Amino acid sequence: MSEATASVPRIASWSGFSQVKLGNREALARAVMLLLGVLLVATMLAGLAIGPISVPVLELVPHLARHIASPVEGAPDGVLLRDWIVVKDIRLPRVVLGALVGAALAVSGAVMQGLFRNPLADPGIVGVSAGAGLGAALFIVLGNTALASVMSLLGIYAVPLAAFVGGLITTLLLYRIGTRGGITSVATLLLAGIALGALTGAMTGLLVYVADDQELRDLQFWGLGSLAGANWEKVASAAPIILVMLFCVPFLSRGLNGLTLGEAAASHIGIRVQRLKNIAILLVAAATGASVAVSGGIGFVGIVVPHLLRLTIGPDHRYLLPASALLGACLLIAADTLSRTIVAPAEMPIGIITAFAGAPFFLWILLRKRGLTGL
Amino acid sequence: MLHQKIDPSTNVDRNLCAENVSISIGKTPIVRDVSFEAASGELLAIIGPSGSGKTTLLRALTGELSYEGHAFLSGRELGGMSAEDQAVLRGVLPQISQISFPLTVSEVVALGLLDRRAGRLQRETRISEALAKVGLAGFEGRTYQDLSGGEQQRTQLARVLCQVWDPVPADGQPRWLFLDEPVSSLDIKHQYQIMHLAADYAARGGGVVAVMHDLNLTAEFANKVLVMKCGKQLAYGSNESVMCSGTLTTAYDFQLDLVEVRSGRKLFLHPAPVKI
Repeated sequence: MSEATASVPRIASWSGFSQVKLGNREALARAVMLLLGVLLVATMLAGLAIGPISVPVLELVPHLARHIASPVEGAPDGVLLRDWIVVKDIRLPRVVLGALVGAALAVSGAVMQGLFRNPLADPGIVGVSAGAGLGAALFIVLGNTALASVMSLLGIYAVPLAAFVGGLITTLLLYRIGTRGGITSVATLLLAGIALGALTGAMTGLLVYVADDQELRDLQFWGLGSLAGANWEKVASAAPIILVMLFCVPFLSRGLNGLTLGEAAASHIGIRVQRLKNIAILLVAAATGASVAVSGGIGFVGIVVPHLLRLTIGPDHRYLLPASALLGACLLIAADTLSRTIVAPAEMPIGIITAFAGAPFFLWILLRKRGLTGL
Repeated sequence: MLHQKIDPSTNVDRNLCAENVSISIGKTPIVRDVSFEAASGELLAIIGPSGSGKTTLLRALTGELSYEGHAFLSGRELGGMSAEDQAVLRGVLPQISQISFPLTVSEVVALGLLDRRAGRLQRETRISEALAKVGLAGFEGRTYQDLSGGEQQRTQLARVLCQVWDPVPADGQPRWLFLDEPVSSLDIKHQYQIMHLAADYAARGGGVVAVMHDLNLTAEFANKVLVMKCGKQLAYGSNESVMCSGTLTTAYDFQLDLVEVRSGRKLFLHPAPVKI
């Protein structure tokens, strides 16, 4: 309609852009996802190859595939036992764990931002990771004493489950505090997150007094966030929870898209908002809990990844969620590879690297959005 | 355009009925004992001063708030219908619509397309048609957050139209538009455009319930009018019976005269310069 476009002359100069149709952003999103898939494979190979010992990774990949199909003792013919052990028992579990944790953190961030309708919501920022950390720390410190019976019952799942419960309680509290009449106040949310984070952090701090030396070291290193000590047992404890979450989350896409209109309007277009919120909170708490339990508090992945992707492919959750999983996995493997080479032979906790990159990024978003968020 | 006259009295199941509806928020009663019947094929306007319970009433009819009494849409009690079932039968235009992420106009409108079997071309065509209807043709790729208030409101209306596109689709059940102050942030030309659009939807057999502030637009376009005051129903009936200076003066506690202007149209005006 001519009079409608005439009333907004400022778009006339770039009217080519105003003709963008629904399909273009979708095509872009698919291309970006394909690219990220390729990037993930490349990052994983790099993660296997790079380290104090250089390993001919491409030669080893077919052997690894065969080994997974039918495991055999010892190194395959023509492969150094040292290379085989380094790749199979040290680097591969670490790369796999990095991919799982990175995907879980990025997707948790994206879901939480959709749920709270704000690009700054993230399990790390609003204290959910701290709550999960308290749950995990309880079992790290008291697992052999006060909680020994629970520990023996749940085995390797005790710490992830405790972290899940800790994260769940914090998320529910946050939602109750930050949301009123279907509207989430960002200021309240962030402030409540600070308070809850401080409270759970203090409780975790109390545990220091009852921890022995080994537990103390575990606790401290783990608190900074690290994938060191990754092994197949840790992968086995976190993978089921994270994979279930990654599998379920695409079913929330349409609901989260609807939620951008607000809770009332989302229900008007047929979305069962309360059910959506319950499922989303449960999944985020579970995945955050599982990640925190195996790798501690790795921050900012959940903020940076979805934000970068929204700038590129737009906020449609059908593409944002899977793309976040892929990019999150890539970034965390890359950061971890960096963390174990930058001060080699020592290791830097990966949380330091993600914070160095992520915190300025977070400030940048804040500055860009200042005045828009009503903070 | 098909202007088919539908006799609402023949089939009560096609109507929106409220019987002694009362609504409380917390323990505060907001709306008390409201009864009306809106027929498909008609535009029902809900008017009254600010705080009289108009929006609250609409929020109860859209499943947002619980109510006492009975309210039926197409013969089914609203309180017992799922969000999905209600979404098939009616679209809701909210008063304020802020969007949390930078969606494009066409992505916002696409949220109203509930039929997920539709192909991409079909969806894009429908989105463009809806945008053209609200006077926003060519706005598909614009970012919603960059639009003016009035453009945002019309984008939302396009989304609502997509949700209940056919006033009476193949299943024979009329569809409904619930509009909360649909023209509040529009200029006068677009006010008329949107009111014509709503009236046309009703004329084609759909139902329209609109919360209105503009009495003259109400007098011009509504078939029936419900007047609210202090949470109660002050008057309800046909446009001609309700829209008179006596009822409106009582409703708003403000002197309103009916003035006939050139071409025979009637306008409600305050008789003297306002002294407050």
